[in-house]
Amino acid sequence: MGTVIVITSGKGGVGKTTTTANLGHGLAALGKKVCLVDADIGLRNLDVVLGLENRIVYHLLDVLEGHTTISKALIRDKQYGENLVLLAAAQTREKDAVNPTQMRELMLELKQEYDYVLVDCPAGIEQGFRNAIAGADKAIVVTTPEVSAVRDADRIIGLLEAAELYEPQLIVNRVRPDMVRRGDMMDIDDIDDILNIKILGVVPDDESIIVSTNRGEPAVNDPKSRSGQAYRNICRRMEGEDVPLMDLQSEGFVQKFLRKIGVGTANR
Amino acid sequence: MLEFLARLLGTQDGSKTKAKERLRLVLVHDRSSLSPGLLDSLKEELIQVITKYMEIDESGLEVNLDQSDESVALVANIPVKNVKRSVPRD
Repeated sequence: MGTVIVITSGKGGVGKTTTTANLGHGLAALGKKVCLVDADIGLRNLDVVLGLENRIVYHLLDVLEGHTTISKALIRDKQYGENLVLLAAAQTREKDAVNPTQMRELMLELKQEYDYVLVDCPAGIEQGFRNAIAGADKAIVVTTPEVSAVRDADRIIGLLEAAELYEPQLIVNRVRPDMVRRGDMMDIDDIDDILNIKILGVVPDDESIIVSTNRGEPAVNDPKSRSGQAYRNICRRMEGEDVPLMDLQSEGFVQKFLRKIGVGTANR
Repeated sequence: MLEFLARLLGTQDGSKTKAKERLRLVLVHDRSSLSPGLLDSLKEELIQVITKYMEIDESGLEVNLDQSDESVALVANIPVKNVKRSVPRD
C-alpha cells in the first residue's frame, strides 16, 4: 500500500504545483509508481506544468460522479507511461462540487495501486483545502522566505495538526543565495527557528523553472538545473536516504576577496 | 554609501532581521487565536494559583493578549476581594 501526500501552503503562488510536478517526475525516475492528483478544481494547472494538457479526456469529478472509471481517467505521462499518471481537476466546476468523504475513498483506492499519491492542494483554507487533505497520510508544506508565506505556512501547519496530519514537512522554495548573503532574505535556520518543523528541502530560485514550465517538462529532469538538483535530493530524502541540504551559501566575489585579505566576516 | 560599506563588511543586519521580528510577533497572535482553549485553560490555572494568596472575583477575571507595535503582552485583569495574611503551606 502506498502513501498519500498532500502538498499545500496556504498562500498562493509559492510553488505547490511546480513542486508536485517535480516530485512526481523525481520519484518516477527513482522507479516508483506515482499518481498525481490535481485538487485545484476550477483552476487546474498541474496538467500544463506536466505538459499533459492535450491529453485530458476525463477529470476528477467524472470519476467521483461515476461517469467513468479511475483507470480511464488517469492520464499517462509521456516519459514514464504507466508509472507516472495524472488525475486532472475539473476546470468548469467549483470546489464545493466535491466533499472530503468522496476524496477519502478515492485516495484509498489510488494508494492500493501506486507507491505515492501526491495531491496538489489549492491555495486557501476553505473547502478546497479540506478536500485535498482528506485521505492524506502525510503533508508537505511549501513556503518561500517571505513574511507572508511563512505566516500562512504556520497557519496551515496548525490546521493540518488539527486535522490529525501530524509532523508535516517543509520545503522552502525560491531561496536567493545572493539575498541571503546580504542579510536581506531569511535563510533555512531562520525559518526553522520560527516554524520549528522538519525541513525536507531547500529549492533555490532558478530561471530554469520558468523555462521548464514553458516547455511542460519539469526541471527535475534537467541535470544542469540547480532547482532540479534540489528536487532530486528531496525525492531521495522521501525514499529514506540521508542527503544533506544543498549549500546555497557560496560566497560572492567581494566576500571572497575580503576573506582572502583577512577583513570582515560574511554576514550569515 | 556608509550603509553600503557597512553591509559589505558584514557589520550591519539586512532586512531579514526585521522580517524575523515581525513574523515572530504576528505568529504569537495568530497561534493564540487559533486555539481559544489555550486561554481558557490558562485562566483556570491562574485562578488556582492566585486563590492561594488572595480572594478574587473569578467572574470578573479577564485574560487577553495585547498587541502593540513592538510587542505582544499577556494582560490579566483580576479583581481582588481580599488578600490573605500569610502564605498557605502545602
